[in-house]
Amino acid sequence: MTNTGTPLVELKDISIAFGGIKAVDHVSIDLYPGEVVGLLGHNGAGKSTLIKCLSGAYRADAGEIHINGERAEIANPRDARHYNIETIYQTLALADNLNAASNLFLGREIVGAGGFLDDSAMEAETRKIMARLNPNFRKFNVPVSALSGGQRQSVAIARAVYFNAKILIMDEPTAALGPHETQMVAELIQELKKQGIGIFLIEHDIHAVMDLCDRAVVMKNGQRVGTVNVNEVTDEDILGMIIMGKKPPQAV
Amino acid sequence: MTDTPTHAPQGNDAKLGPVARFIRDTELDTRMLGMVGALLLIWFSFHLYGALINGEGVFLTPRNLWNLSVQTSMTGIMATGMVLVIITRNIDLSVGSIVGVTGMVMGLMQVEILPQYLGLGNPATWMITVVAGLIAGTAIGAFHGWLIAYRGIPSFIVTLGGLMVWRGVAFLSAGGRTISPVDETFALLGGGPKGSIGAMGSWLVGLLGCAAILWILRSGRAARKKHGFALRPMWAEYALAAIGCGALLGAVLVVNAYPWPKGILKQMNLPEDTFVSHGFAFPVLILAVVGILMTILMTRTRFGRYVFAIGGNPEAAALSGINTRWVTLKIFALMGMLAALAAVVASARLNSATNALGDLDELYVIASAVVGGTSLAGGVGTIYGAIIGALVMQSLQTGMVLIGFGDGSYRKIVVGVALVLAVYLDNLYRKKTK
Repeated sequence: MTNTGTPLVELKDISIAFGGIKAVDHVSIDLYPGEVVGLLGHNGAGKSTLIKCLSGAYRADAGEIHINGERAEIANPRDARHYNIETIYQTLALADNLNAASNLFLGREIVGAGGFLDDSAMEAETRKIMARLNPNFRKFNVPVSALSGGQRQSVAIARAVYFNAKILIMDEPTAALGPHETQMVAELIQELKKQGIGIFLIEHDIHAVMDLCDRAVVMKNGQRVGTVNVNEVTDEDILGMIIMGKKPPQAV
Repeated sequence: MTDTPTHAPQGNDAKLGPVARFIRDTELDTRMLGMVGALLLIWFSFHLYGALINGEGVFLTPRNLWNLSVQTSMTGIMATGMVLVIITRNIDLSVGSIVGVTGMVMGLMQVEILPQYLGLGNPATWMITVVAGLIAGTAIGAFHGWLIAYRGIPSFIVTLGGLMVWRGVAFLSAGGRTISPVDETFALLGGGPKGSIGAMGSWLVGLLGCAAILWILRSGRAARKKHGFALRPMWAEYALAAIGCGALLGAVLVVNAYPWPKGILKQMNLPEDTFVSHGFAFPVLILAVVGILMTILMTRTRFGRYVFAIGGNPEAAALSGINTRWVTLKIFALMGMLAALAAVVASARLNSATNALGDLDELYVIASAVVGGTSLAGGVGTIYGAIIGALVMQSLQTGMVLIGFGDGSYRKIVVGVALVLAVYLDNLYRKKTK
């Protein structure tokens, strides 16, 4: 796949350090509409940290973020949402004591007359989107702590999808899922791609990357090893990049 | 109890007994039913003990229940705020000292400062005093909240410091004197025969309350219908209305059955055999209003939702774009304001401001919230629970006095044991319902 035009997202020369340790060291990546870019690397390679600069959880020490070609200032998660960047965190970031609807709308509640929460409307909307994403989902009135891993994941996904995301960040979305649910996430990613949403996928599973991604960026020790078009390389090439930091000739 | 109009009945009719089915269909919180049951058990036990051992049961009398309601108000007002503090995994040990210092601020204000400008007995005195007290309490709470949220000092430490500092300030502000008597209108806020709304007023409150209960049930049903959610069966709606209105009107009957004592009648130049009802006391009405407003705040506003979210998962709350620090600051400011409101009631009731006002209150307030089901692990708690918790704690104290164990040591032992037992039972309940 060749990308032309303005990228949806460009992270340019991002650096962030935690007390002398360079977690991300001058890394640049980009993402085009309707594209899935995989982020790979060992634990501690800096993938999550890099992506948290985009989702607003961290602030980069240096570097620029461009959205649709324009410089964007993302200081906190609210700013990121303003740019239609939605994140599905590895930890899911759900408030366990609240129910699905409250979690889905957390920070963006529907309010009715007098600024009071409209719980019924939020539940109705939640039922609609869950009917699309996970038709078997029934537990609308219990805290999400009572849900299974897959059900919790679908709440987290629903939250990202519901608010018309343009840029979606998925941090190991299938880590806690069974085969059936993993398949569901894969189908969802294909559907979102068709809608022109750009997706960053942080993933450990090479096969998932080969199946789902258009391009893959490999990181090691906070630095970018290289970026490859997935259909031009083999599993072994990517493994070599992850483990040994060896850049194959096709990579840029 | 009908705040979340979204619980769809689940399960199978045939397997459930009549009680379980009643609870399922009315969607009553079983935990609350348990607390109310425990409360009634405590009340009847003290009454029976008095009747059997001392020859006179004095607990379940209009007079005692009226007094109990007034005594509960102060702790109850603060416990509603402590719920928010504990839900967000914090603690506030300073509330008793804030009561002391704001009580002193209000004492000085109405006795020494305002009379210089307004003269004695000016009708504006009490209002200016109360506003000044509330501002002082809110400011102190906000300062604690700022240290906790923006300076990262643990709430335990900040408020432990506050506990000592503000008690000291309370002493210094009047050089250890007791400020007395307070403004006459201000004193009414503490209750007493004149600080109550009488029989007519109480009936009015009762009827308004019933109207509100019916309206809440109706609009809850309408909202469910609109979105096509499962409805409660009609009989359950009627049962809820009957229970709610029955309890409220029962309370009116009780407070109206307690007449003014003879001394007051004489003072008011009324014949000795006149029956003048107390009715609801002002502190109780203040608690009721606080309870209702706090319940709305917690269940119907974004702020309340964020308080729960922070308690459930602070990181998730922050990632959802919630300004968790600002919310935390506001929680402590609110707690400070409620402590000042409790100080209004306490100093008005005592008819004086002393530097010992509110001493050790923090412990009873925290105990009330915890007995009322607020989880110290965070994320869980209700306003009505905290108020019932305050009522339980106060009932134990009052009951011990009434059955002849007024000596502080026995009282403390019983209250302490009850606190630990309540939390243990709560743990068992939560494990079972999980």
